Amino acid sequence: MLDVARLRADFPLLAQQENGRPLVYLDNAATTQKPQAVLDAITDYYRTTNANVHRGAYDLAIRATEAYEAARATLAAFVNAWAPEGVVFTRGTTEAINLVAGSYGRANVKAGDSVVVTAMDHHSNLVPWQILCQEKGATLRMVEITEDGRIDLADFGRALERRPKIVAFPYVSNALGTVNPAGQLTTLAHAAGAVAVVDGAQSTPHLNVDVQALDCDFYALSGHKMLGPMGSGALVAKPELLDAMPPYHGGGEMISRVWDDHSTYNKIPHKFEAGTPNVEGAVGLAAAITYLERIGRERIAEHEQALAAAAIEKLTQIEGVTVYGPRGRSDRAGVVSFTYGDIHPHDIATILDQDGICIRAGHHCAQPLMRRLNVAATARASFYLYNGLDEVDALAGALVKAGALFGYVPA
Amino acid sequence: MDTSPPDPQLSALYQELILDHYRRPRNKGTLEQATHTVSLNNPLCGDEIDLQLRVDDDIIKEVRFIGRGCSISQAAASMMTQLLKDKSLPQALALADRMSAMMQGDEGAARDKTLGELRALAGVSKFPVRIKCALLPWNALTDAIKS
Repeated sequence: MLDVARLRADFPLLAQQENGRPLVYLDNAATTQKPQAVLDAITDYYRTTNANVHRGAYDLAIRATEAYEAARATLAAFVNAWAPEGVVFTRGTTEAINLVAGSYGRANVKAGDSVVVTAMDHHSNLVPWQILCQEKGATLRMVEITEDGRIDLADFGRALERRPKIVAFPYVSNALGTVNPAGQLTTLAHAAGAVAVVDGAQSTPHLNVDVQALDCDFYALSGHKMLGPMGSGALVAKPELLDAMPPYHGGGEMISRVWDDHSTYNKIPHKFEAGTPNVEGAVGLAAAITYLERIGRERIAEHEQALAAAAIEKLTQIEGVTVYGPRGRSDRAGVVSFTYGDIHPHDIATILDQDGICIRAGHHCAQPLMRRLNVAATARASFYLYNGLDEVDALAGALVKAGALFGYVPA
Repeated sequence: MDTSPPDPQLSALYQELILDHYRRPRNKGTLEQATHTVSLNNPLCGDEIDLQLRVDDDIIKEVRFIGRGCSISQAAASMMTQLLKDKSLPQALALADRMSAMMQGDEGAARDKTLGELRALAGVSKFPVRIKCALLPWNALTDAIKS
């Protein structure tokens, strides 16, 4: 386990109290807290380096551009991108996937084609494909999940028989914590002639991600789920694919030459970065990556797996609690989704909040998955490097209190 | 393990009457001859309600609902259906206003006997994120009447 007490000292917000209790923040799959190093990087950027990037001829603007491009190189190295120009900064995972659907998808998917998604995809890796398929008259095929919350590989194989143009799936499920065999799924997608789009929102913060080893074509990630600022994120893609794709947003920065009625476009990645970018977001994200690398992603993943295993063990001891997702330790990230008898997850979240415990309750932007689990909502605790076993105990203790308050009697 | 007693605001929120309506909702089901039907959901949390009224000569003769959601939204729906029977449409809209006032913390509304058992939900006003739960069935009612 990591030295949680020492790590927590790096996160100013975690020293706060909630409802008079020490804050127990267990909603890390939604967003993570920020270490002082990230806050400092953002402040320093504005205090010493701020100017618009890729425009000014003066030294300050050159330094701002260098800081922005250095952040791109840091992120590229972190996920082992094919090249720094294969990293397009976006507002986050959602925008990155919309970019692929709106550009690659619109250029390559035609009427009668199919696009494959899975029943455990977040709405952000589903709705953009629905919009694309509706616009093109293409078919959207949703791959089923197994009882224990894994992608059903037999159904995945059947979906590929139609030779889809695009196969999209999450590396790690935000609602179940399942770590999917992303490399294997990509190989199968390629064999069927499709490109593979990986939703990396929940994997990048927690696993040692190597996009070249996965050999996927597009990989989307969010900075705010990995200690970075909100509004930071990226699409990481094979440069030759990005080169061939039409632009996504039009505006400044993405152009080469502009005439009255048409334009030519800038090189990648700038072709996809219209307008003034979120430089503070990129700089803050780079600082977050430096912080994560100092600790080491293997150690972070091990720590989270230990917390998840402890939480599953504690929660399943409470009569009436059902935990969803795979039970194996190796193919499960630090996300524990559960229900407790007939106590609705929103009520659980309200009761836990009174003890300063923050969990998520709801459909987790995965309504098709909720229907398959036959629940309207679940409660979800999700861990990160600054959570400790004492917080797992606090969660279990507060749940017992919730049961008492609701007069929960096991069926 | 933490064995401190539950917070008094929580005990007020989850009192017996609310849990009883949650577990044994009144007027749950559908109407054969509904004059007003509306479905409403809260996209943020997924709570759902299908509300049906049979209105005759501006009087609500029957009310049924089908819902999925937290104890607050389902208890509010159950209590609302009891209260609405035999009320005129203007009376029903006036009750919706009183309910909304109670959720804003209006103590007069919280003592207003016309709200019947719904007064048990007064404690929700202390939990701002849950107010939308208690108002979901009332918003459905307002939509149904005004549509």
